[in-house]
Amino acid sequence: MNRTREPQIALPALSRRRFVTGVAAGAALLGMPAGANSAVPRANPTPQTLRGNQFDLHVNYQPVNFTGRERTAVATNGSVPGPILRWKEGETVTLNVTNHLAHDTSIHWHGIILPTGMDGVPGLSFNGIRPGETFTYQFELNQSGTYWYHSHSDFQEQQGHYGSIVIDPAEPDPVACDRDYVVILSDWSDESPHDIYAKLKKEGHYYNRRRRTAGDLWDEIRQKGVAQTWQDRKMWNEMRMSDRDISDVTGYTYTYLMNGQTPDGNWMAQFKRGEKVRLRFINGSAMSIFDIRIPGLKMTVVASDGQNIEPVTVDEFRIGVAETYDVVVEPVDDRAYTLFAQTIDRSGFARGTLTPHPELRAEVPAMDYAPVLTHRDMGMDHSGHNMGGMSGMDHSDHDMGNMGGMDHSDHDMGNMGGMDHSGHDMGSMGGMDHSGHDMGSMGGMDHSGHDMGSMGGMDHSGHDMSSMSGMDHSQHAGMQSGNAGQYSLHGGRPELGGMQGVWFTDGLVRAGHGSNSPIVHLPSEYRYGVDMRSEMPGNGLNDPGIGLRDHDTRYGRRVLTYADIRNLTPTIDRREPTRELQLHLTGNMHRYMWSMDGIKFNDAEPLMLKYGERIRITLVNDTMMTHPIHLHGMWSELETGDSEYIPRKHTIIVQPGSKISYLVTADAYGRWAYHCHLLYHMPGMFREVRVV
Amino acid sequence: MNRKTLLALTLAAPLAHAAEESHTQHTHSMQDDEHAAHQHMGHGYPAPQEASAPAAPNLRHAPNEPDHVMDHEVLLTKVTIDQLEARENDGGALEGSVWFGGDKHKAWFKTEVERAEGETEKAELQALYSRAIAPYWDLQMGVRHDFELESDSRNWGVLALNGLAPYFFEVDTSLFVGEDGDTALRLEAEYELLFTQQWILSPEIEVNFFGQNTPETHTGSGLSDVEAGLRLRYEFTPQFAPYIGVNYEKKFGNTADFARDDGEATSETTWVIGLHAWF
Repeated sequence: MNRTREPQIALPALSRRRFVTGVAAGAALLGMPAGANSAVPRANPTPQTLRGNQFDLHVNYQPVNFTGRERTAVATNGSVPGPILRWKEGETVTLNVTNHLAHDTSIHWHGIILPTGMDGVPGLSFNGIRPGETFTYQFELNQSGTYWYHSHSDFQEQQGHYGSIVIDPAEPDPVACDRDYVVILSDWSDESPHDIYAKLKKEGHYYNRRRRTAGDLWDEIRQKGVAQTWQDRKMWNEMRMSDRDISDVTGYTYTYLMNGQTPDGNWMAQFKRGEKVRLRFINGSAMSIFDIRIPGLKMTVVASDGQNIEPVTVDEFRIGVAETYDVVVEPVDDRAYTLFAQTIDRSGFARGTLTPHPELRAEVPAMDYAPVLTHRDMGMDHSGHNMGGMSGMDHSDHDMGNMGGMDHSDHDMGNMGGMDHSGHDMGSMGGMDHSGHDMGSMGGMDHSGHDMGSMGGMDHSGHDMSSMSGMDHSQHAGMQSGNAGQYSLHGGRPELGGMQGVWFTDGLVRAGHGSNSPIVHLPSEYRYGVDMRSEMPGNGLNDPGIGLRDHDTRYGRRVLTYADIRNLTPTIDRREPTRELQLHLTGNMHRYMWSMDGIKFNDAEPLMLKYGERIRITLVNDTMMTHPIHLHGMWSELETGDSEYIPRKHTIIVQPGSKISYLVTADAYGRWAYHCHLLYHMPGMFREVRVV
Repeated sequence: MNRKTLLALTLAAPLAHAAEESHTQHTHSMQDDEHAAHQHMGHGYPAPQEASAPAAPNLRHAPNEPDHVMDHEVLLTKVTIDQLEARENDGGALEGSVWFGGDKHKAWFKTEVERAEGETEKAELQALYSRAIAPYWDLQMGVRHDFELESDSRNWGVLALNGLAPYFFEVDTSLFVGEDGDTALRLEAEYELLFTQQWILSPEIEVNFFGQNTPETHTGSGLSDVEAGLRLRYEFTPQFAPYIGVNYEKKFGNTADFARDDGEATSETTWVIGLHAWF
């Protein structure tokens, strides 16, 4: 059952629609007639593997059928996903890309370090590939690992224009394995992506079929009583937000694919007992974040975003849109295993089978419980927050993310001597009730030295508070009295010009250890396009993320977090960052607007970097969504607390109401895209980074 | 003017206000940028041929939609039929809106038509410029035209605040100023209570105040009338939802006196059946 523009009559029994698990492609292989009737399943062409250093790629329209309905995909060489490109480190590859579409197209080589002109972003790297034209990409490969490619034009990625890249290392691969499979995940809709986008703009919760009901409210009242329920709902009601907003686009329209196969199509990979199998997971979705596990098998994660990491064994991991993770599994039993990739909102899953015999199948597990957002995801919970931001204190080594297990439900701030909260009027932050806090349970923490006056650089004087309806900062005098020179809106480099967000140059934490700079919301965040601001963002490093936090205690599954990732080889650029950019991910769910620092791409100046400099970027997520942020052209070196083995990533998940920091060496001249990789966030949550 | 004409009017095409937004598309000056200079290397290939897109529903690509994903500021049109319903006693009502525009600027039309006992009692159309001023609020300005059947038509200036209040109340507050200095105030609020994802109960209230007595329109100064509705709809899709409900209207003060003088009831409760839809 699919959503089209025409109203459809559905039976009440189907009211909680199960997402389409697709058609079994195998049917056509068994000799059923294809094409005559659109309801008859027909095999979709499967991707080939192309090797070498010369490639002719053709972007074309391709009839596909993932749901029982004929649709037209934008394919590469006739398949969705496009062919797997197998390259070799050290070689120069040449790719002739011919556009057979009626619109412009492009290919961006995601995660590949290359010259800006080869990066494939229309408007930044080149003009795009016009209909009928061929564009030749040529670049040298100075890296190895698992990557992918996709269109950077229009919404073609949603229509099938993506594929996998595997670069074999020049040196012997540190990861030994007997079999090597690419597993690219994606989301398919029978709707036009333009229709999806328009529906989201008109009704932001259109695809959310898990909105709160009267029944949910009743259950809550029975459990907690009216007073507590009212208290718990208060913030959400006052902020006009839903704690069920996990994914913008869901299984209501999506069918999730694994290597182009629907769950019913069941992509299969073979192994022999005792073999080591390397699975290269790539999230090639437009909008879907997946949680991956293989019931019955431990997964040893050996690479992240193409880069080898110190092996870490887990039961489950989250893969943001555009991230890649390589895992090695060693099945010891002669049985089949299900590769299970459920979406973050549990509205559907992609699935495949790892099996010793083609006829052996494994059980497909039920999806886990669907998560709801908490105060913590709004950046206003005290339990996990990193107070390092208050510059007078040195909390840089505190890892407060580990405090997860503590119960802060009844805080009493009695021990917090010097911290004077009396003047705060936080009422307008939507029901933040700190009255019952008992911080006595924080044991050894001495907060007696808190002086909000030392929050130095926080200058709120320029804020346009008109839209904040009732937020009273008048008592925050201490914040304004500090030393206002601590951050600059101009990057501390006047010659680079332009308003580019908040830059810190003094008192930076040393490389590898993240940020302790105060959280600054720019005036541009107080406009109609921004519906919330994280006042106290949590630490996104140790947090497995919404819906996974209790999987360890609940199911005994070890879940990968970013804090587990250490690069296999030592950090290359050992310099300390000279500047720190604090950039806020912002949006308005109701209007379906996305931006950075409240400014949409259309209105934003480029972020200017000086060639050769090493900076820190701290992303603060002022929204309730999980955003995978991708910087083109340069590595994002994730600060996980170990400066010796900083992992290099190209896409970094920023969790709701959290912050995360990474280092960037500006070693590539030119104009680069920097954006949220959720396709329908890209129109606004996008910046040009210009290295001069 | 009958309802059909009104609807046609309401659906009438784009206004100029929002056009501003269409020009906000970021155009990079590619010529100036040496990094981007003429990377096309396909010159030896045959001249570009016009490939035509197959007419597949999932490839829909409107002419105003840009090919660069980061420039994707598109102008949209939303038509909302809030209520299109038949009421007891040969009555009926249409309440709907059309907006056209971008994130900040929109042209916004609202219409309300009410029929009772086979006659159109009220028919109005508002044409407004709408501007986003806060995360959940639009400020709207424009004109309202009342199509009067028994007397002359009237025009009003409109200043409205439309949006979502805390606790998810959809609110539309409008201040009207007539040509002759008459004033009127209308407060509307609506809530949605989900029984399931598809069964939705929607209570709604509208309160009208006038600054003066107007015998021709049978409206009196002060609190004039209250209309309260309770509608239970079933969303076959989020865009298509038939409903049943009950509508209660009561007149107050001088307006009630006008009604009594005419021998009309001052309050009425009617069952309704109708359609809620948008596209």
